[in-house]
Amino acid sequence: MKVVYTDNNATTKVAPEVVEAMLPYFTEHYGNPSSMHSFGGQVAKKIDIARQQVADILGADPSEIVFTSCGTESDNAAIWGILRANPHKRHVVTSRVEHPAVYNLCKYLAQSGYYVTELGVDSQGMLNLNELADAIKEDTAIVSIMYANNETGVIFPIEEIGAIVKQKGSILHTDAVQAVGKIPLDLSKSTIDLLTLSGHKLHAPKGVGALFVRKGITFSPFIIGGHQEKNRRGGTENVPSIIGLGKACELAKKFMSEETTRVKQLRDKLEDEILKKAPDPRVNGHRIQRLPNTTNMSFEFVEGEAILLLLNEKGICASSGSACTSGSLEPSHVLRAMGVPFTAVHGSVRLSLSRYNTMEEVDYIIEHLPPIIRRLREISPYGRETKIKEQTARVSARI
Amino acid sequence: MWDYSEKVKDHFFHPRNVGEIENPDAVGEAGSLACGDALKLMLKLDKSGRIVDVKFKTFGCGSAIASASALTEMVKGKTLDEVAKITDNDIADYLDGLPEQKMHCSVMGREALEAAIANYRGFKIEKPVDEGTIVCKCFGVTDNKIAHEVREHKLTTIEQVTNYCKAGGGCRSCHPQIQAIIDEVWQKEKEKAIVESARKPVKKLTNIQKMKLIQETIERDIRPALQSDGGDIELIDIDGDRVMVSFRGSCVECPSSKVTLKSTVEAKLQEFVADTIIVEEVAL
Repeated sequence: MKVVYTDNNATTKVAPEVVEAMLPYFTEHYGNPSSMHSFGGQVAKKIDIARQQVADILGADPSEIVFTSCGTESDNAAIWGILRANPHKRHVVTSRVEHPAVYNLCKYLAQSGYYVTELGVDSQGMLNLNELADAIKEDTAIVSIMYANNETGVIFPIEEIGAIVKQKGSILHTDAVQAVGKIPLDLSKSTIDLLTLSGHKLHAPKGVGALFVRKGITFSPFIIGGHQEKNRRGGTENVPSIIGLGKACELAKKFMSEETTRVKQLRDKLEDEILKKAPDPRVNGHRIQRLPNTTNMSFEFVEGEAILLLLNEKGICASSGSACTSGSLEPSHVLRAMGVPFTAVHGSVRLSLSRYNTMEEVDYIIEHLPPIIRRLREISPYGRETKIKEQTARVSARI
Repeated sequence: MWDYSEKVKDHFFHPRNVGEIENPDAVGEAGSLACGDALKLMLKLDKSGRIVDVKFKTFGCGSAIASASALTEMVKGKTLDEVAKITDNDIADYLDGLPEQKMHCSVMGREALEAAIANYRGFKIEKPVDEGTIVCKCFGVTDNKIAHEVREHKLTTIEQVTNYCKAGGGCRSCHPQIQAIIDEVWQKEKEKAIVESARKPVKKLTNIQKMKLIQETIERDIRPALQSDGGDIELIDIDGDRVMVSFRGSCVECPSSKVTLKSTVEAKLQEFVADTIIVEEVAL
């Protein structure tokens, strides 16, 4: 069956050029980059090139790049690294819409003797920067706020946030997993102190990430072991994946203009046409301050998992913020934080594109998604006339 | 991706009996928009009280739609007494099983059915399980409801409780309370088991004692249950361990009276008199 992959915020196809660059490091060049012999030494040189490639897409210095195993590790390393280096400070500021890698870590910190301030967002998914300024205290060790939201694609004004953090004398970490490769970044002129990126969101393989740590930031290693990564991350390097990540960053830089033009056009057409053709749709999140590849739409009175199952029948891969797709029973914490009504939060669908998507695929989704929503609406006991009296989620058998 | 059975997929992709009935005889609803799933069930009965038509509408995920569709197939052609016996597990079994995390979908089916039966019979649904104190604030689940699910499905972990009634699936702050309920239910069951094992006479009964005990058990534990459904039972004869009975009232017509004979009458007598009791139905 034809597969239309529009779930690129979940993971991406590994670029063929990336696979090609990686393969020799599984076979002939298997040396350990820490070894004294040149067989290992030549691998260390390739890692240096990869580090330069990652630094280039960020506008950073290669010495500021630490390779990790994934985005989640980078987030943990950043936050723990700063907390451990500043043991006298016990306060953390974050937002209510972070990825679980930060969100759940901060929940854990709140239970482990730290104070955590979670900043709320408005109905567009945007932060109130005055609240941020008020939240940062002398005791604030780190502010961790994402660059772009994985569910809605909403981009935070991270440089303005950084300016406030600097002015208040704290440190800014940003989870930029969804931003890197989709929008241009320049850390050489930035207020960001630490930045997380993940390989598999930009056409590198799963199992590799990186953390940018600005020169001069005191940072304690998260994984303690050997002297790899200049004592900032123990453990023998995942050589093929690091080389793959470097290549993927090089490609992402090359295709950056395509992401912000052609991919954006595809997304805009997809969104506009579905808004016209499907019953009771809405877009979740700010429509301008947004990644060019992401659309998060809700269809009222139908449920997200059912939509995904029917899309899956057509070979269309998407995701949803509905409770039933989460594995837990809670619908998306991001949409709830934005105050998206219950009528819509369960019926949310995220479509996220990449440079590998085509106009033909977008037309295929436009053809098949609206009838799916109409079909589920016919089954649903709710409709426009439904008055939502139920403030609580109490299961009630009404007579 | 959930691992749904072929039957779940079939009922999801091709749901049976979707829609509404004009002038239905009974309507039952369960769930809500806020919960993320809801079911509206409509029944039409013939003069003899059999369900001749059934329709549903569901807001929910794949397994919620499949559970509702399966339920409509299960109830068609049956009387309300018969369908009242349908449990969550029956719905799940009909679908060749549901993922553990999705068992609450079958619970919703049973709840809507209960509501429809109550609606037809014109009384407010007796739901002792819904009274009590709210434990899970995210999903509005009470302590009684949780205890009911724990007993009904022999649940031992918080995760299982969440799967069956959603309690604890949100902010998790009620997890200690749910654990306390689980512990309490099983502590009570343990105590009950000790009492019950003491109740059954250990020493061998004389024939007179045995007959008396059989009569008492029927009067106390069997007849009131049958009478509440419009039926009755009469003790005809006792021959050693063979107990001969005859059904009366609605039990005579009831196709499931054979099941009742074994699952209720014989089970109770074995519980309170002797394990060796065999119950037989005799015509008058």
